[in-house]
This record gives sequence, structure tokens and C-alpha cells, in this order.
Amino acid sequence: MELTLSVLLIFMIIGALYALFAKDLLSALISCGIVGYGLVICFLLLKAPDLAIVQIVVESITLIIMVAVILDSSRQDLREKIVHREKGTHFINAKYVFNVLTVLILALFFLFFFNQAIVKLEPFGTHMTRMASAYMEGAAAKTGSANLVTGVIFDFRGYDTLGEATILFTAVVGVLTILRLKGRK
Amino acid sequence: MKGMSPIIKKVCQLISAIIFLYGIYIIVHGHLTPGGGFAGGAFLSGAFIFLVLSFGTDVLNLRREEEEASVIEGLAILLFLLMAVIGLGIGIRVFFNNYLPKGEIGELISAGVIPLYNIAVGIEVGAALFTIFLALVIYKEEISK
Repeated sequence: MELTLSVLLIFMIIGALYALFAKDLLSALISCGIVGYGLVICFLLLKAPDLAIVQIVVESITLIIMVAVILDSSRQDLREKIVHREKGTHFINAKYVFNVLTVLILALFFLFFFNQAIVKLEPFGTHMTRMASAYMEGAAAKTGSANLVTGVIFDFRGYDTLGEATILFTAVVGVLTILRLKGRK
Repeated sequence: MKGMSPIIKKVCQLISAIIFLYGIYIIVHGHLTPGGGFAGGAFLSGAFIFLVLSFGTDVLNLRREEEEASVIEGLAILLFLLMAVIGLGIGIRVFFNNYLPKGEIGELISAGVIPLYNIAVGIEVGAALFTIFLALVIYKEEISK
């Protein structure tokens, strides 16, 4: 299973990188969709169907909305910008070399500390928090809920769920405030 | 925003009812099977978003729909909070206490207040996502005028 997961993750990373360098915003968006739907398969492989359902629905809705936004607004601007960039100076100059060197040094630092951190991790599939096992043992009997995830998020972690619902409420209030036209004029 | 072709309209008419029912199923069975309020609420809003996208905005009174959706969303989160606050008055007096009888594990009516929380959160999430979508649509309509 770890091999499948690694292949999926590499595929997702390639998709994300392509999204960065794609010239057309629409194809960048579609390759972002690869990341989202790959994450769905990862959740399913890791036995988290709750998250997979949420991820697949939200990913589809956001993808549709983003495609609508891009088709509506910015394809023409992008084409003009690409033409402008090709007329510019030479590709490799001092700024370019400096940027690449900085990225390489920072990546080396990151890999060093990542290596240090990864030694102390538990093996794949086990957990290191004490509370997790306390939640798992007898959670069905304590909450009466056969789905342990729901039992945790609505019983043990009720405050967190209240916070999440409040965040959504605040997001709606913010969107309604920003997008009203009458008050702005 | 104009509507799409008659084929898409008919398919969305048939499909969105099934999506809506599936969302209700996921919300109500949240304490038994994977899913719950957040996932099911996204399904509910998705059914409405399909309808609006396929039929266009001319057949709807968008302002009224948006107002109703935001009122429903506010009421649902108040209901969620109210059910949590009731826990302060009953039993061992703890916020988010599970004060209803638990019942048999695996039955549809079990797990005390958890299914009620699921229903409230489901309505809240569905109405919230639909409100955001409608706000974007109304903004676009008024910009293009």
C-alpha cells in the first residue's frame, strides 16, 4: 500500500508543479484538480472515507466555480502577457543564478532538518499521541455512535466542530459583505 | 447567466433529486456510516447549484433565494448552539454533554444528540455553500448590467 501511496503522491506533486508552470490558466486549474482527486484516493487508501466524501464534493464544486471564473475573465489577458514576456531580456542573468542558488541552499537545509525529524517518527500506521488511544478505546460505548469519527467530532471534540461551523458562518458573512454592490457606491 | 441546452436541463432535473436524497441519507446516517453533517451538507448545496447552473438565473428570484438561504443558515447554527447549551442544564451539566439516551449501537435512532447535531450542521453547511454561490452569481449579474 505504501508503494501505491508513493506513486499517487509523486503523481500529485507532478500535477502541482505543472500547475505552477502551465501557460494557460485553465490547464493549470485542471492539473490542480489532479491534486484534489489524488487526495481523495489517498484518503480512501488510508481508510478515511469520511474525509474522502467531503473532499470529492468540495473539490468538484470548487473546480466548477473556478472554471467558470477563468472562462469568464482572464484568458485574453494571459495571452497578451506571454507575448510580452518573450520580447524581454536574455533568459539566464545574474538574478536568475542568485535565485537558483538560494533555492538550492534552502532546499539542502530543509532536507537536513527533514532527515533529523524523520528519524524520530513512529513507523507508518502507528500513532504517537496519548489521547488517540484514549478516544479509540470504548468510544462506541461512551458515545453510542457506531461511526467513531462522528463520535469524536460531535462528542469529544464538540468545541472544534462548533468552531468549524462558526468559521463557515463567518465566511458567508464576509462574502455577503464584500460582494454587495449597493453599499459600495 | 443563461440556461444550458434542454438535454442538460432534463438530466439535471432527474439527477439533482437523487443527489439531494443521497445528501439527506448521508446526514441522517452520519453516526452509522462514513459521512455526516459536513459531507451531506455539501451534497445538499451541490444539488441546488446544479439546478441554478443548468436552468440559468432568469427563472429565479435570486435576491429572495439568497435571503432565505442565509436566514436558514443562521437558524441552523443557532439550533446547533442551542442543543449544545441545553447540555449545561441537564445531567452532569457540561457544555456539549450527550444528554439523550444512547440506545442500541448500530440502530438508526441511537447515539443521543449526535444525529441531531449532524442534522443541524448539515443544514448549516448546505445553506452556507449555497449562499456563497448565490452571492457570486448575483455579483456577476449586477456587474454585467
